[in-house]
Amino acid sequence: MDIQPYLFLSAITFIIGVVGVLARRNAIIVFMSIELMLNSVNLSLVAFSAHLGDSTGQILVFFVMTVAAAEAAVGLAIIIALFRNKQTVNLDDINILKW
Amino acid sequence: MTDVTVESIFFYILAIISVGSALMMITRRNPVIAALYLIVNFFSLAGLYLTLHAQFIAVLQILVYAGAIMVLFVFVIMLLNLGDERKLSDAISYKKTIAAGLSFGLLMELIYIFGFTNESLSESRFEKAAEIGTVESIGKELFTRFLFPFEITSVLLLAAIIGAVVLAKRKLD
Repeated sequence: MDIQPYLFLSAITFIIGVVGVLARRNAIIVFMSIELMLNSVNLSLVAFSAHLGDSTGQILVFFVMTVAAAEAAVGLAIIIALFRNKQTVNLDDINILKW
Repeated sequence: MTDVTVESIFFYILAIISVGSALMMITRRNPVIAALYLIVNFFSLAGLYLTLHAQFIAVLQILVYAGAIMVLFVFVIMLLNLGDERKLSDAISYKKTIAAGLSFGLLMELIYIFGFTNESLSESRFEKAAEIGTVESIGKELFTRFLFPFEITSVLLLAAIIGAVVLAKRKLD
């Protein structure tokens, strides 16, 4: 079984996530694109784990999932706080840290 | 190309679903529909993990991602009562052109790197994959070799809980 198709799929999904982050201006969709990128990395970790017959890659996926859950909880709390202050989730309108 | 097996047929079906749902996700205006397409993408990824014999990760993918995290997303979208964005793309600005160029460059780079893995990788031990993906073997590794990182994640989750509560609170006393 070849893992190369899995790596190509992982690369393509990662790039779709990058495009989502760069092109979209809705904070929640940017956030979901970040989750997409994390997932594509997970896919290549599992593919390498299966190829090498070593479970370390799958343990790493477990930790990535934990970090993603923590990140989602904190990030969505930030979005709620932002929405409460500015009544918008459009990233172009949130520019108080911009010089 | 290579011989057609059941696994490779499954792989290509799931890969098409995965890329298609990801593309739909980043192009939908309504965030609720985007979230639903992301859930489809997570399910197809769980299927891909199964073709790699990683049962435990596949179950975790559905439970944690498609279950817990996406419920949080949908809950926040509903809570904020977000409608459609005014316009999907307010004209093709120079920023978006640069973004497209950069992403395309990155894609080519990644494909170039992954195109050479077959020669450089060590010989496949794929026949072992079925035994390492089980709950038993992952659990054994997690509570012996990776016990300390495992304990650290509990601290991380505690910090995330406190952070989320403090940030989403209406007023700090």
